[in-house]
Amino acid sequence: MNVAVTRRISSSLFRSGLQKGSSIAIGYMPVAFTFGLLAKSSGLSLFEAVGMSIFVFAGAAQYISLTLFAAGISGFEIILTTFIVNIRHLLMSASICEKSADDPKWKKALYSFFITDETFSVSAVQRGNVQAAFMLGVGLIAWSSWVVFSGIGYLVGSGLPTILQESMGIALYALFIGLLVPSARKSFKVILLASIAAVVNSILTFNTPLSTGWTIILSTLFAAVLIELVWKGEKTDA
Amino acid sequence: MLDSYIWIILGMAAVTYIPRMLPLVAFQTESIPPILRGVLKNVPYAILGALIFPGIVTFNGELWMGIVGALTAFIAAYFGASLIVIVISSIGVLSICSLLFA
Repeated sequence: MNVAVTRRISSSLFRSGLQKGSSIAIGYMPVAFTFGLLAKSSGLSLFEAVGMSIFVFAGAAQYISLTLFAAGISGFEIILTTFIVNIRHLLMSASICEKSADDPKWKKALYSFFITDETFSVSAVQRGNVQAAFMLGVGLIAWSSWVVFSGIGYLVGSGLPTILQESMGIALYALFIGLLVPSARKSFKVILLASIAAVVNSILTFNTPLSTGWTIILSTLFAAVLIELVWKGEKTDA
Repeated sequence: MLDSYIWIILGMAAVTYIPRMLPLVAFQTESIPPILRGVLKNVPYAILGALIFPGIVTFNGELWMGIVGALTAFIAAYFGASLIVIVISSIGVLSICSLLFA
């Protein structure tokens, strides 16, 4: 394939990534906004709050760190907690790897920065391989929204009407449901995987002191391994 | 000298990036054993279940809000709406219900 054709394909993949990522961008708005607002009340500077969104880019961990910063916990413990909360990305990275196109390592290293629950889910349910240009499109628009709205939240404070703020919190769940339903309609295996993980995660959440990061890892692995071992039906596409 | 918060934030960034990057860069896609490939293919669908439950039933501490939002998203998704339409309609319906009933 000549260079011009490759470029054209990449740029259309990138644009399709931006498009698929725009629903994540909307979902991140209220979450990032609230993060900015809380960061201010936890005593971080604007520079630190936005810096954290730029470099860490991980919702749950950033929220938890605010509580720890405010409580005066040591830096080591904050970093360790962040690591534990975010270790689930290992699983997502491995899953993307299984499905990734043959892109150069530096491109994979670049787009791996953008792996979150949401960008992962959007890319992983796409047909065919995960291409670098596509992942970069999804990641960049989601990350931009995260960074910009962290800053706006910090500066504007509690300016948004409460009802809208509360209702916007549903966005990420709506996104997850929107990603799951089309696959679930076509495959009973998908329904089983999601249901088992949902039940196990609920049991772990309400009955053990494990943090959310761990309950998600354990319930996902449990469902994924169990179904792989016992499922004898359709083999293709999940 | 930089403020110590900055060092903590950079440390957080490092421990977040490494698990994101390592498997993707270190594994050779073709050399993953078939059973592990099968498990990894299952991961996206399982994780979606875990991300939705139990979070959605404790959403804002109000069960009805989670149900209304989830039902709207489900119906929109079932009829083939695009992701962005699913997300916006879910926010819209929930806002209207909050205005009317809460």
